[in-house]
Amino acid sequence: MSNLRSKPDISANLAGIKSPNPFWLASAPPTNSGYQISRAFEAGWGGAVWKTLGHEPIVNVSSRYGALDYDGRKMVGFNNIELITDRTLETNLKEVRQVKRDFPNHAVVVSLMVESTREAWHDIVKRTEDTGCDGLELNFGCPHGMSERGMGSAVGQVPEYTKMVTEWVKEVAQTPVLVKLTPNVTDITQPGRAAREGGADGVSLINTINSIIGVDLDTLAPIPQVDGKGSHGGYCGPAVKPIALNMVQKLASDSSFGIPISGIGGVQAWQDAIEFMLLGATNVQVCTAVMHYGFRIVEHLTSGLENWMRDKGFQTLDDFVGKTVASVGNWNTLNLGYKVVAEIDQSKCIHCGLCYIACEDGAHQSIAKSLMSEEDYPSHGSAARLTSAGREYLAGAGDGYVNRYEIKQETCVGCNLCSIVCPADGCITMIEKESTIPRMTWTEYQEGMASGTMDPIPPPDHV
Amino acid sequence: MIGKTRLSEEQLSENFADLHPAFSRDEAVSDASKCLFCFDAPCMRACPTGIDVPKFIRQILHDDPASAAETILDENILGGSCARACPTEVLCEGACVDRTLLNAPVQIGRLQRYATDYAALNNLRFFAPGSATGKSVAIIGSGPAGLACGFALRRSGHAVTMFEARDIPGGLNTHGISAYKISTEFSLSEIEPILEMGIDLHLDHYVDANELARLRQEYDAVLVAVGLGSTSRLNIPGEDMEGVVESLDFIFQTHTGPLVNCEVGDQVLVLGAGNTAADVATQAVRLGASSVTMAYRRTDREMSAFAYEYELCKADGIEFRWRVQPIEFVETNGKLSGVRMQRVELVGEGREAHLEPVTGSEFVLPCDMAIKALGQIPVLELIGETGLDPGALKLDDRGTTSVDGLFIGGDCTHTGAEIVDAVQDGKMAAAGIDAYLRGNS
Repeated sequence: MSNLRSKPDISANLAGIKSPNPFWLASAPPTNSGYQISRAFEAGWGGAVWKTLGHEPIVNVSSRYGALDYDGRKMVGFNNIELITDRTLETNLKEVRQVKRDFPNHAVVVSLMVESTREAWHDIVKRTEDTGCDGLELNFGCPHGMSERGMGSAVGQVPEYTKMVTEWVKEVAQTPVLVKLTPNVTDITQPGRAAREGGADGVSLINTINSIIGVDLDTLAPIPQVDGKGSHGGYCGPAVKPIALNMVQKLASDSSFGIPISGIGGVQAWQDAIEFMLLGATNVQVCTAVMHYGFRIVEHLTSGLENWMRDKGFQTLDDFVGKTVASVGNWNTLNLGYKVVAEIDQSKCIHCGLCYIACEDGAHQSIAKSLMSEEDYPSHGSAARLTSAGREYLAGAGDGYVNRYEIKQETCVGCNLCSIVCPADGCITMIEKESTIPRMTWTEYQEGMASGTMDPIPPPDHV
Repeated sequence: MIGKTRLSEEQLSENFADLHPAFSRDEAVSDASKCLFCFDAPCMRACPTGIDVPKFIRQILHDDPASAAETILDENILGGSCARACPTEVLCEGACVDRTLLNAPVQIGRLQRYATDYAALNNLRFFAPGSATGKSVAIIGSGPAGLACGFALRRSGHAVTMFEARDIPGGLNTHGISAYKISTEFSLSEIEPILEMGIDLHLDHYVDANELARLRQEYDAVLVAVGLGSTSRLNIPGEDMEGVVESLDFIFQTHTGPLVNCEVGDQVLVLGAGNTAADVATQAVRLGASSVTMAYRRTDREMSAFAYEYELCKADGIEFRWRVQPIEFVETNGKLSGVRMQRVELVGEGREAHLEPVTGSEFVLPCDMAIKALGQIPVLELIGETGLDPGALKLDDRGTTSVDGLFIGGDCTHTGAEIVDAVQDGKMAAAGIDAYLRGNS
């Protein structure tokens, strides 16, 4: 029987805004114009949040972007000091109307940011909704340029302002209203709750993180530089994902929050998108990956999501959105009696020694090193054994020996570090072991100690 | 027939261009990013000079080629030559764990070249002479072993005087490696900073036994690092005929004059299947020979040329005759017209197999140039003249001999190895000499 399976339904509905798939373009340079958004929809994007509109076009500086490169990898992180749209409101609204007419089934959401008066907000909301757009996103997140003018994150960082402006918008808005949150706060649940209290239909997060991406070591000028000077900019890209995931989960698990979330922050691969959704996001928004590679990335985002859903047996997005939210809790709810230890599959070991030195210098001194005889050398592919001038040369051998690494399971604390640094797929795995500690949380342990029913757990045996 | 190459200057310069062109920065960083930064790195252990390979690759990755060059040159002052001519497939790259992980090693040789080229191009100097100890050392031979030893001794503050029989320094490094691996200009440019350390170099200065005795009186220590001499003789008829040449002379011509003046036969027969044989065979092709054949008594399984060199030969269209040995150089009208060969059978296994000539199997391989590449003999007549026993001369891996104050190193202590081995020999001899001069040998 063939293995052809029907495609799962990946249509999404965020606070009443429907899109053929959960992949939206975030409000940013890729959504600057009708031309770009039309191309994006043709490429397969499900929705787009128009680059933020204001009453008057702003003036941008040159240069504007900076990147965090890492050991030969470009754009692991990215920042910008670009402002909201530099085109007139009339031009933008005309194009919004046209795009919505051309793509009736795609989500066209418009990001807005104006001065903090009721009149200004009422005016722009009405004019924007007149285009037939599907929803509004209030930009309370931009951390640079606009915030110094009392807009963007200047609103998002004060819950009272967030609530107030949201209320103004909701007084006139006919379409769903999303509030875009800034991560530049101590506790994301505060602005999240304020948005809900103001009547928001959903939130999107995270906006960019306040940052200085780097310093040019030749000129000593900050990056990006504008005539030798720089400014704090908004940080995004793959490296911010963990921060965004945490904030999304925090809101999703907050019982006094309870409105839909659009997840943003470093989505580049399908796995990133699914992680956001498992932690509570109904859909995701993408910017940096598109700025790096163009609109075509949506093709492999979509195929990856569909394949994973088929493998897992999920028919719709609702089948898995939020599924991991409840598995995240406070540290003191974790089971102290759970134990894993590392195990090295010698047949896959390439003898790089990275596990050994990481454990030895950076963790718990629980990997033993010994010399391996040539008979024990794993049967890797032919490239690992090279014959030249009548002699065999083994990859990983040098000065007449090959190192063999083995986990000292009796002292291994199960920290994962070796399995993380190991470059060989499937070589080091973490194996569940029976623990000498009974199943209990830290709280239960404290209670047991206090009541005298439990002895202190001895510290691990280190060197 | 033998004559000047018929190839144009343009064709020759293309044929003798770098075997491995230099990496661009993008190529270097991309390849460097494949280095895993192994602990107790196999590549470093496989390097005879012990260069800290992961460290210098990390320095390249982090855009610091100057520090990378210092890391390399600190262990191997001829790191630029080794980057070009080392058989990396059986040294650092042969040990690279990426061979297991990715089926291909990090290109360590080319990365090493990237760093050392950067230092050379920017005329960087990393090392200064040590404070003067008042001790003096004479070094006979300015090849890789002598240079490495002299450099290390200058860092330790000893005065160094170097004697070279030829009119240019560098030994085989300068004139004995195929020019598409190491050019004469490159070798000489790499020697310059070594001499700048304060080595007093005497060119065109052959040291004989009498002078050696005098040097031993005048200097606190003497290193003999005179390398290898002529190719082993076959002792068969016709060996001294015109058209029968020695491998090193054949390579030498590409370094001493313009390539258009190099002489090559039309049909070239190379006797031997070692790395030098591979060098002369590919060089004959590149000089325009219309056919080149390598003949060897054993087979490709026993040949001493590295697999990589063998592949290079095959790519250059060289033909191979296995299990044959020369018995006579054949003359026609006073010139070489071929080599009479005899088939042999191998009795036994591997390189120890006994060669059994097959009677009646003789045939003539036509050629107008026959190049002998059968291994060279260490130049030990110098030592021999002194009455010392060359065979039992070297006592330890620090070049110490049974004669007080006399040290020996490099190819003349064995039958020839790589540049990198000679450098290490020189380094070790310097350590031995330094300990001796400081009275704690």
